[in-house]
Amino acid sequence: MEKERPQVLICGGTGCVSSGCKAVGDALRTELLRKELSEKVEVKETGCIGSCDLGPVVVVNPGEFFYEKVRPEDVSEIVEQHIIKGKPVQRLHPHSLKTGEPFKTIDEMDFFKKQVKIVLRNCGVIDPTNLDEYRDRGGYEALKKALKEMSPEDVIDTLKRSGLRGRGGAGFPTGLKWEFTAKAEGHPKYVICNADEGDPGAFMDRSVLEGDPHSVIEAMILAAYAVGATQGYIYVRVEYPLAIERMEFAISQAREAGYIGENILGSGLDFDMDVRVGAGAFVCGEETALLASIEGKRGMPRPKPPFPAQKGLWDCPTLINNVETYANIPFIILNGPEEFTSVGIESSKGTKVFALAGKINNTGLVEVPMGTTLREIVEEIGGGIPGGKRFKAAQTGGPSGGCIPAEHFDVQMDYESLTKLGAMMGSGGLIIMDEDTCMVDIAKFFLKFTQDESCGKCVPCREGTKMMLQILERITEGKGKEGDIELLESLGNTIKRTALCGLGQTAPNPVLSTIKYFRDEYEAHIKRKRCPAGVCPGLVRYEVVTDQCRRCGLCIKVCPVGAVE
Amino acid sequence: MGTGVCRCGKGVEQRDKFEKLDEIIESYKGKEGALIPVLHEVQQLFGYLPEEVQERVAAGLGLPLSEVYGVTTFYSLFTSEPRGKHRISICLGTACYVKGAAAIVEKLEEELGVKVGGTTKDEKFTLEVTRCLGACGLAPVMMIGDHVYGKVTPDKIKEILEKYD
Repeated sequence: MEKERPQVLICGGTGCVSSGCKAVGDALRTELLRKELSEKVEVKETGCIGSCDLGPVVVVNPGEFFYEKVRPEDVSEIVEQHIIKGKPVQRLHPHSLKTGEPFKTIDEMDFFKKQVKIVLRNCGVIDPTNLDEYRDRGGYEALKKALKEMSPEDVIDTLKRSGLRGRGGAGFPTGLKWEFTAKAEGHPKYVICNADEGDPGAFMDRSVLEGDPHSVIEAMILAAYAVGATQGYIYVRVEYPLAIERMEFAISQAREAGYIGENILGSGLDFDMDVRVGAGAFVCGEETALLASIEGKRGMPRPKPPFPAQKGLWDCPTLINNVETYANIPFIILNGPEEFTSVGIESSKGTKVFALAGKINNTGLVEVPMGTTLREIVEEIGGGIPGGKRFKAAQTGGPSGGCIPAEHFDVQMDYESLTKLGAMMGSGGLIIMDEDTCMVDIAKFFLKFTQDESCGKCVPCREGTKMMLQILERITEGKGKEGDIELLESLGNTIKRTALCGLGQTAPNPVLSTIKYFRDEYEAHIKRKRCPAGVCPGLVRYEVVTDQCRRCGLCIKVCPVGAVE
Repeated sequence: MGTGVCRCGKGVEQRDKFEKLDEIIESYKGKEGALIPVLHEVQQLFGYLPEEVQERVAAGLGLPLSEVYGVTTFYSLFTSEPRGKHRISICLGTACYVKGAAAIVEKLEEELGVKVGGTTKDEKFTLEVTRCLGACGLAPVMMIGDHVYGKVTPDKIKEILEKYD
């Protein structure tokens, strides 16, 4: 009976909050109160549903009817027409970009059709502050199962058989990492969640922390059981205030319910955890730098080996996984590895969440089976490029990654295929660029980022990226010289081989991959002093088109050098 | 220096703050890796981390001042300079950059009369750029205090700034 009660879900992810979902929720509650329906209709604020640019998003159940860009003044119509009369409000549905037809429900939307939700299974469905809702959807069942029926070795073996690989970027097999930590000598042991999601353009971890915090906590308890750890830390970046708040709240709930603390669920397992907040340093996403930061030091990486599994936090064996990796684990333990391996392709199992953004119609979070092609993601889920422009390239893996040009539009999105193209999976940021994007400028953008964030410990990264940046600046200002491209290549390859940590070793990737696929654009900047996309200010020529000039005088005012007469 | 002498005529307020500072340090004593959580709370309290505060933290936690200073200067969140009442952070993540965040920076610099990193003369605004705020679907975005503004255009800037006093 409970299920038939109408339910209104309001997306409360950061995107929708900034679009004004709070006001919509308030208006809805007031309206229901006025119509004396408060008892009959449940209103729920969920985590991110994924389609951020359509916010504020409202979903009405039963039936998963989807409303976009809802304003407080639309609320009375939803209540009156949909909830009371059972007639969904047509004008608030999103429309198909292809046919112009309205999409009434989530199932009908192109954005959701190809998605398979494992990591985001609860995001946008449950109220993240309500532990019962997590439990109603199988939450903490994996933990109970493991503690009752499985040995720590069984848990590790299940993970190994699932083929799960780290979702933070490098794609290391998770089960192996757990095994190494379990076998390492030393006490105490630590379990850490890397939630320092620093790659610009990636925000899936934020959504999981905000929308389904208990899935991460449950996975960390499972990890503690498997490797024999007693203390856990979730290292969240300071730029995510809502995620920090939700995580801290969820930990207190879990502690109260006896999922963390002493003698967890009567199993004899002791494990506790805390949130640690970053302080604005990108390099702390690198695991050894992250450890230094938790220890209260400057976040500087150190050479590996020894790996954290042997010598991690305070020199004790430490397991570090990223948020998305953890979010998969309760699903795998509860449903068995076979259910997980049935999704994805041979070398990469399961799903990957991509944060789709840039020059694309539907932006937001999409979770697709490993091996889905870039074309499917861009054209079918993302709805193509706005304004009838052409797809030029996709950038994956943030400042560590590279670009995929149009000729590889059909590439499968999995670890190996992307690495082969000189890009990388990274954490899953997927920025789409159209013909108006200058690839030299983008390379400069990323290099400026890594150069700023370089911790300064090793010379190749500190000095090398600076040199590369200077050359790129020169090129975009129209002062490029013959031989600059070759110099960039040789510097880039040297830094890749010699830098201390992952940040430095991957920093040249955006430059090298744009040179590989868009060498002609570099040449245009250097030889012809032209920026084909018209982005680089030093290379843009302005002309007064005399027969269209309205003599408004604005150009004279704006020109800093008085070139207009 | 070192005694926390009042220079602003707000002696009592300042003394209260230093008492609170000692309480914060006390609550973290003996905990491993306490420095960064302490600095977070202390910066919340003072708005920034002036030298005398850093000295007090160092003494309280039994750390060399050089280590406290080293951490303060390493992390971009921590600052030893006072900041304006409202902190404006413009996202310069990839999605925002591709969608024209540079023009937003330019407009804000013009509107406020300060460069990135600067604070307006009336100490109302501090202008900063930040790495991805994770609201890429709404690019370009900026944050004032804890509020995120999405799909910002240069002509909306004036209107947004007027909301703050």
